[in-house]
Amino acid sequence: MAIDSKIPAGPIDTKWKTYKSTCKLVNPANKRQLEIIVVGTGLAGASAAASLGEMGYKVKAFCFQDSPRRAHSIAAQGGINAAKNYQNDGDSTYRLFYDTIKGGDYRSREGNVHRLAEVSVNIIDQCVAQGVPFAREYGGLLSNRSFGGTQVQRTFYAAGQTGQQLLIGAYQALERQVALGTVEMYARHEMLEVVKIDGKARGIIARNLITGELERHFGHAVLLCTGGYGNVFYLSTNAMGSNVTAAWKAHRQGAYFGNPCFTQIHPTCIPVSGDHQSKLTLMSESLRNDGRIWVPKKQGDNRSPKEIKEEERDYYLERRYPAFGNLVPRDVASRAAKERCDAGYGVGSSKMAVYLDFAAAIERYGKIEAGKQGKPDMGKEAIIALGKDVVKEKYGNLFDMYAKITGDNPYEVPMRIYPAVHYTMGGLWVDYELMTSVPNLYALGEANFSDHGANRLGASALMQGLADGYFVIPYTLGNNLADDIRTKAIPTDHPAFVAAEKEVSDRIDRMMNIKGKESVESFHKRLGKIMWDKCGMARNAKGLEEAIKEIQALRKEFWSNVRIPGEVKEFNPELDKAGRVADFLELGELMCKDALHREESCGGHFREESQTPDGEAERNDEKFMYVAAWEFKGDSNYVLHKEELNYEVVHPSARSYK
Amino acid sequence: MQHYTMNLTLKVWRQRNSKMKGHFETFQVKDISSEMSFLEMFDVLNEQLVAEGKDPIAFDHDCREGICGSCSMHINGRAHGPWDQTTTCQLHMREYKNGDTIVVEPWRADSFPVIRDLVVDRSSFDRIIAAGGYVSVNTGNAVDANSLPIEKQRADESFAAASCIGCGACVAACPNTSAMLFVSAKIAHLALLPQGGPERKVRAVNMVQQMDTEGFGSCTNIGACEAECPKGISLENIARLNREFVGAMFSGSPQG
Repeated sequence: MAIDSKIPAGPIDTKWKTYKSTCKLVNPANKRQLEIIVVGTGLAGASAAASLGEMGYKVKAFCFQDSPRRAHSIAAQGGINAAKNYQNDGDSTYRLFYDTIKGGDYRSREGNVHRLAEVSVNIIDQCVAQGVPFAREYGGLLSNRSFGGTQVQRTFYAAGQTGQQLLIGAYQALERQVALGTVEMYARHEMLEVVKIDGKARGIIARNLITGELERHFGHAVLLCTGGYGNVFYLSTNAMGSNVTAAWKAHRQGAYFGNPCFTQIHPTCIPVSGDHQSKLTLMSESLRNDGRIWVPKKQGDNRSPKEIKEEERDYYLERRYPAFGNLVPRDVASRAAKERCDAGYGVGSSKMAVYLDFAAAIERYGKIEAGKQGKPDMGKEAIIALGKDVVKEKYGNLFDMYAKITGDNPYEVPMRIYPAVHYTMGGLWVDYELMTSVPNLYALGEANFSDHGANRLGASALMQGLADGYFVIPYTLGNNLADDIRTKAIPTDHPAFVAAEKEVSDRIDRMMNIKGKESVESFHKRLGKIMWDKCGMARNAKGLEEAIKEIQALRKEFWSNVRIPGEVKEFNPELDKAGRVADFLELGELMCKDALHREESCGGHFREESQTPDGEAERNDEKFMYVAAWEFKGDSNYVLHKEELNYEVVHPSARSYK
Repeated sequence: MQHYTMNLTLKVWRQRNSKMKGHFETFQVKDISSEMSFLEMFDVLNEQLVAEGKDPIAFDHDCREGICGSCSMHINGRAHGPWDQTTTCQLHMREYKNGDTIVVEPWRADSFPVIRDLVVDRSSFDRIIAAGGYVSVNTGNAVDANSLPIEKQRADESFAAASCIGCGACVAACPNTSAMLFVSAKIAHLALLPQGGPERKVRAVNMVQQMDTEGFGSCTNIGACEAECPKGISLENIARLNREFVGAMFSGSPQG
């Protein structure tokens, strides 16, 4: 199949406007006859389900959590970007578009990204109308802060809980539709197969996680809003349940997987403390607004940070990247931290950490407060106390979380941080309308590959999830379903449903009957270690080739030696997890294959063979300016399709933050 | 901070499903690091159980960073354990010492039936939100966000109420299993904002009605909910709910 991204013709700033004014529509009476399945209830899923319900479609929404409000969007901390230019600091739709294209290291589509920047302003309006309590200034207007990779203040936020407040807004809109009867909610349900009829996605097989029963659900279209697959690394900032299963089933049914190796390693996470570690916790990028990152200038310096004098510290981001300093994009900041630690300058007991220090910010804010109170000479101690109050208001919940996890007080001692897997830019390949290569099967939010290229800028994930759900899919879905209004609901005793259910049930039985010796958790950990060591922050051909073999062997071992306790027809979290790990064991191999074939460094994908003399990532636009869209052909058998990227507006250049 | 390891005795509630009777079962865990989270200690126990061919203990958990509201253990008689304003996933083992015995139960409330072991059904909370915990605004209806200035203090108070994570600790902590703190947090979040104004009355009446339908108990101003809330939701919200509810009931039609 040839790849057609369906980007509308015309100048960049009219593409979406023209699309909206010319796309086909479905009249209200027909919408009531059209059934839509939405899998996942994070920002993309909840906003899509609510919006489509409001429009009159018959929606069924599914989530594996006990409530749609618990989807992992809830954990996003720092903020959401929008080109409002409320700060009068030179922001515009074009600038947000440009920053995102550049931030993505010229591996995303111009058409999609411009649309994202256009609708960003509507998102903020919509959320405020829903009652999302964004941070405000004393004049009552909305407050903004900066995030990495930009030089304007365009990030809207609600303390360190922006994701929570946005998700609660979308969740409430969803529950309103549940009450009105337009959305039927299926919590504690996991999608385990896409059902295709005549080549189109027409439903899903889902497992009721309480009873273990399989269920068949018909839909004229299926929307996967199931998030990213960072948990393939075992340790990540994802929730424990975050998984690739729905996307992977879709991939096996013919949906191409786009740029699977593009993983975001977030620079500011709490470092690993031991083998028991089950997940990693992010410290929001917003902390880099005020915190300064440093390591000692001397290798293996074991003194406590307070004993290390100012002139003995290396503020390496400010040194290497004076224009952006501590606010360089995530991929750059992560690699710089790894470089310092690998060279022997790391801190803490593991030596795999750097300091994020608020002492200067506390003093600076304290002086401002003292000035406001008319007592600029109140003495250092009093000034520091005032400064701590300011920092507490801005980042209090993050500081508390750090203290709970580490037992250290970050107001007194600098935080120790290290990069961790956070987000996956790769995902199901979709066209401009968010449709995958399987007709009537869509992917929204982090589950698709579309807008962030090879590196996502901070505060852009929330923007994309809500853009897709509130403002894109309501138009693009109708454009397709307008041709489907004569299709009656297909009864679920159709042979395609029967066959799909049997497939799922056989696979579960096969897994349960292995009755081996090793736990699911143990396989997941082993996979994660291979991925982190060989497909993590730095990759090379030799390591990737080894990883592919190791993953194949591990997969074989899993299918002959995994132990899953309990029964199929009951609440059995070990079984749920086994299915997810089995899918990660296939995905991991594809990620390594993708990373191996892309012999260039771009964004979060750093191939050691492709770097400049001063250690920066070196892109190869001549050979690799395309989206790698992989087609599943059978176990370990993938065919690469290339979607060439055409830059009509922005001219790709070496990405510099110096 | 000095790290250490410990051996512990755990008494954990086991219940196969909602229909069967439950009981306590005693387990020993060894070499638990003081750096582990409470749930990581459970991971160790569950790995041990799987290795012995036994059923691991089912418990709800997801984000493990204190924000999703999934985790729900009652630990030595306290919802989410002994630390103030902390969810179970953020409770760390440095709280305990070698030789301690820890009793772990599910949330106990008729409106939160046990699904298995420590997992309970909290869908009653979703139904309370569906009864009115929103602003009725369709996608695309909104005006420019800054056309509606909101006094910072009010916005901050609204945010404080909105930081509820819907975990249900308030219900579990309350001797009457009242859900007033949860319901009042949502009512306060929206009542404090101008956007929530048009539906204030009908919202208060419908949400309280749904709360009663779900079988949650009455509030008798004990305050255990506030003490155990991992997000520090204040009792003042309950006072606000009472004002909103009484105001709605005595000002004519609660429908508006």
